[in-house]
Amino acid sequence: MKAAVLVFPGINRERDMARTLQLVSGRAPAMVWHAEHDLPAGTDLVVVPGGFSYGDYLRCGAIAARAPVMDAVRSFAAKGGLVLGVCNGFQILCESGLLPGVLMRNAQLKFICRDVYLKVERSDTPFTRGYNAGQVIRVPVAHGEGNYIADGETVAKLEGEGRVLFRYTGPDGIPDPNWNHNGAMNGIAGILNEHGNVLGMMPHPENHVEEVMGCTDGRGLFAGLVDHLAKAA
Amino acid sequence: MKARVTVTLKSGVLDPQGKAIEGALRSLGVDGVASVRQGKVFDVEIDGADKAKAETLLKEAADKLLANTVIENYRVEVLG
Repeated sequence: MKAAVLVFPGINRERDMARTLQLVSGRAPAMVWHAEHDLPAGTDLVVVPGGFSYGDYLRCGAIAARAPVMDAVRSFAAKGGLVLGVCNGFQILCESGLLPGVLMRNAQLKFICRDVYLKVERSDTPFTRGYNAGQVIRVPVAHGEGNYIADGETVAKLEGEGRVLFRYTGPDGIPDPNWNHNGAMNGIAGILNEHGNVLGMMPHPENHVEEVMGCTDGRGLFAGLVDHLAKAA
Repeated sequence: MKARVTVTLKSGVLDPQGKAIEGALRSLGVDGVASVRQGKVFDVEIDGADKAKAETLLKEAADKLLANTVIENYRVEVLG
């Protein structure tokens, strides 16, 4: 796996992401500065990490989404390249037009930093092949703007096409408003683009990959990607 | 020239910040406020004196960056 992690001013989760990619794939990712116009040759996964790009000025992810490197990411994605956006990375992908919808202020207006439960809706995607469909995983969230919204037609399309990959649920995998900490529509935690090669998600799977972190439920996402790319090569 | 771009949330989009402000006004005893929606105002200085050109430029700025038209509407005004 030749991963590239994008680096924007104000991002603070790029090292967690790089550490996880190295741990799971055995290869350190390239760190790519936002002002670059090209991705490193041979890149097969682009990761947009979490943090607070440009201090969340204007709207979360709005300014980063218009950085030069994002043109390269758009053409990489258009050719079928795999793109993963986590937290601020999800917000950036939405703002850049690579994913539909918007992440609004959490319904309770609070920044929420804790573990949540996610139901993995499908296992037949490059991002979720490391899990079983219906499996419930525990991963941390840390955001103030993770409340996913889109117009009714878009949400119906996402649901109808099986593009909601991760959903906030209780520990038993049953959707419950009490476990939907940010108020996202339909408990949406992570979505796929229409071609199935771009995933955005609010929770941080990269922070649950080693025993020392108290949980390894996030590891399946990265292990699945490594497996997918090894088979594709 | 002075100009202003006003960005507001589309109707139907839930506005948790507006709701919180609404609640705060109520608790301050400011009666008669039915609802509050929070938006943004951008005061922009434009080069030149061509009003029509300025309007086109502001619309481009709003479409490309200032507003997220998935959830927001905008209005441009050239104040002169």
